[in-house]
Amino acid sequence: MTRFLPFILRNTLRNKRRTLLTVLSIVVSLFLFCTLRTVITSLAASLESASSARLITRRSTSLTFFLPISYRDRLTQIPGVEDVSWATWFGGVYIDERNFFAQFAIDPLRYFEIYPEYRLTAEEKDTFRRERTACIVGEKLARKYGFEVGDRITLRGTIFEGVWDFTVCGVAQPATPDLDTNWLLFNGEYLNQSLGDWGQVGTFVLKLADPDRAGDVARIVDETFANSAAETKTETEKAFQLGFISMLGNIQAVIYSLGTAIVIAIVLVSMNTMMMAARERTREIAVLKALGFADRAVVGLVLAESLLITLVGGVLGAGLARLVFDLSDFTAGGFFPRFTVTDGTVAQALGIALFLGVVSGVAPAWNAARLRIVDALRHTG
Amino acid sequence: MTTMRLPLQYNLRNLVVRRTMTLMTAGGIALVVAVLVLTLALAHGFSATLVSTGRPDNAIVLRGGATSEMMSGISREAARIASADPAVARGADGEPLALPEMVVLVNLVRRDDPAASSNVTVRGVEPRVFELRPDIRLREGRMLKPGTDEVLAGGKLGRRFEGCGVGETLRMGGRDFRVVGSFDAGGSGFDSEIWGDLETLLPVFDRRGFSSLTLRLTDPDRLADLLARLEADPRVRAEPRIEREYYRAQSEQLAGVIRALGLFLVVVMAAGAVLGALNTMYAAVGSRSREIATLLALGFTPRAILASFLIESVLLCLIGGVLGCLLALPVHGVSTGTTNWASFSEVAFEFRISPGILAIGLLASVVLGLVGGYFPARAAARRPVSEALRAG
Repeated sequence: MTRFLPFILRNTLRNKRRTLLTVLSIVVSLFLFCTLRTVITSLAASLESASSARLITRRSTSLTFFLPISYRDRLTQIPGVEDVSWATWFGGVYIDERNFFAQFAIDPLRYFEIYPEYRLTAEEKDTFRRERTACIVGEKLARKYGFEVGDRITLRGTIFEGVWDFTVCGVAQPATPDLDTNWLLFNGEYLNQSLGDWGQVGTFVLKLADPDRAGDVARIVDETFANSAAETKTETEKAFQLGFISMLGNIQAVIYSLGTAIVIAIVLVSMNTMMMAARERTREIAVLKALGFADRAVVGLVLAESLLITLVGGVLGAGLARLVFDLSDFTAGGFFPRFTVTDGTVAQALGIALFLGVVSGVAPAWNAARLRIVDALRHTG
Repeated sequence: MTTMRLPLQYNLRNLVVRRTMTLMTAGGIALVVAVLVLTLALAHGFSATLVSTGRPDNAIVLRGGATSEMMSGISREAARIASADPAVARGADGEPLALPEMVVLVNLVRRDDPAASSNVTVRGVEPRVFELRPDIRLREGRMLKPGTDEVLAGGKLGRRFEGCGVGETLRMGGRDFRVVGSFDAGGSGFDSEIWGDLETLLPVFDRRGFSSLTLRLTDPDRLADLLARLEADPRVRAEPRIEREYYRAQSEQLAGVIRALGLFLVVVMAAGAVLGALNTMYAAVGSRSREIATLLALGFTPRAILASFLIESVLLCLIGGVLGCLLALPVHGVSTGTTNWASFSEVAFEFRISPGILAIGLLASVVLGLVGGYFPARAAARRPVSEALRAG
């Protein structure tokens, strides 16, 4: 077949404009396909970074209610729980509502021991424990706003009334790039004291001795506090985060149906082109057959041409997606920790290109094989 | 010289003769238009739900700085002072039309997936609520008795959440509540809420004060006076705003995101579809070189030829546009739900396809036709007669 390659190439280049338009439409569609699939893989990747070796305990009523900090001692005593820390969602506004990022008041002592994947120097941790208004910013947030150690950050409280001032005492580096570091963590004692020895927290974080027993431990925790003033709901960190994603509704189904619509649309476009190309060449194909080319060879030539066009489109489309998203550090406004086109996505895009090539080449190839030389030579077209 | 126009029939026949090509190109356009219509319908349905929530003559009073009822707090004293303001209308009994409410979120299990849960708004209300929100009607069951563990569920909750159907029992804040009725709020955001007795719910959720205060204004124009008085009073320090504006502001963020995502999808898909249309029209022009030359030789002006091909392209894409609208129509009225980030609570809403949205879909297909047809049509019109006649 390789000796026919120049012939196939020539054929695709004969109507340059048409080939270019077809390739471009495939590039555009597969770029879109890669973008959509990356939304799914990025969501999955951000869940991967959530640990199943940690449990999150919150008030069973809903996240907007708090738990007494005194629960910590009882949680520590539950068998299977190795360490306990806590965090409270602050929900402040930085300058104005558009600058949204997560802020938590955290346990100054144990939090970073339970989350070793956020790397801080011993000195940074030490300052954080000592200074009442100290805060740690994640690496991504620091980069976004240019925060440096020593900077002052002012937040306007929405849940906790008032204006709150913090001093940056460290920048947390993520251990892996999939970790979200678009956040600010501050010394929880500041919040506690400002609210007059408030004594409540949003969630407890439990480090498990054995991740396989997560289900049992979670059940025991919830039983311990059943029928108390503040009942708890405990689940793994992964399940906790999955809960947020499922609240958005069925994103996956929407993306799959869009993906299907796009693929069908490009199938239509490229089939159309291949049929046009083959129809124009009815006479040539007849000549080839008259010269003694077997039906199989003619079919092969038509199919190869179609595959060449769609694969070039596929490679360019997937490559473009890679280039755009991997180089640009796109995060959809901090919604995704990282938006990376995976190898699997590229492979799927190429698979679609291959499928397109076959599907759009089959009808014209079949026509070519069935062609009767006499009729075709008479054909003007 | 009067210019002759090519009959429309000519274009129609051409489309019919090349029906496979016509259908394939129109099919591509149809999918683009369908996606466009559906995303617009989603954004429209969502904002329509929240915009229809609230009345233009009600003011909602929140703590200064609070952006939603959930974060707000109004003390009993502040509520009493604000209710007595002269800008507040009075009911038949001479009492001010003022409604202090408590709003909390509870986590409820979804019916479609027992492992998933969402935050649902629970509102503690007084019997007066139906006077301030007259559009809301009891649909099933009966009213709740004040001072009891009875609640009403919004019309859209029963199907979506465990325990929210009439006659079922709902566990909230460590206590069981009986759903004795469901109400119909005309597709507004209240349809996704649970209403219970204010004074019963306050201690259950450990709240000392109210979340918000809703006031009927004697005249919406007096909001500015009310605002000035309430902000200045050190015992109140609260911010009233028109109820309808408050809910509209809550819908803006998410509706904006849906529209932006939809726009991105549609622009990229449209680019792909235009390329397809260009291809088809170039092929149409290419295979009719001789015909075009003959027309030119007969005295049709290049302008008439250009117009004719443009019309053909627009027709082709319009077929796609109509198909796309038909494809999208069955989704009208399908209900879905999502968590509104602005309030962190579940809102159920429907895809709403309005005539305006269909018009936008058709208009988009016409634009695609003009863009995809212009260059091929120009190429056709500019061809020298002699060259075209010689061509295959």
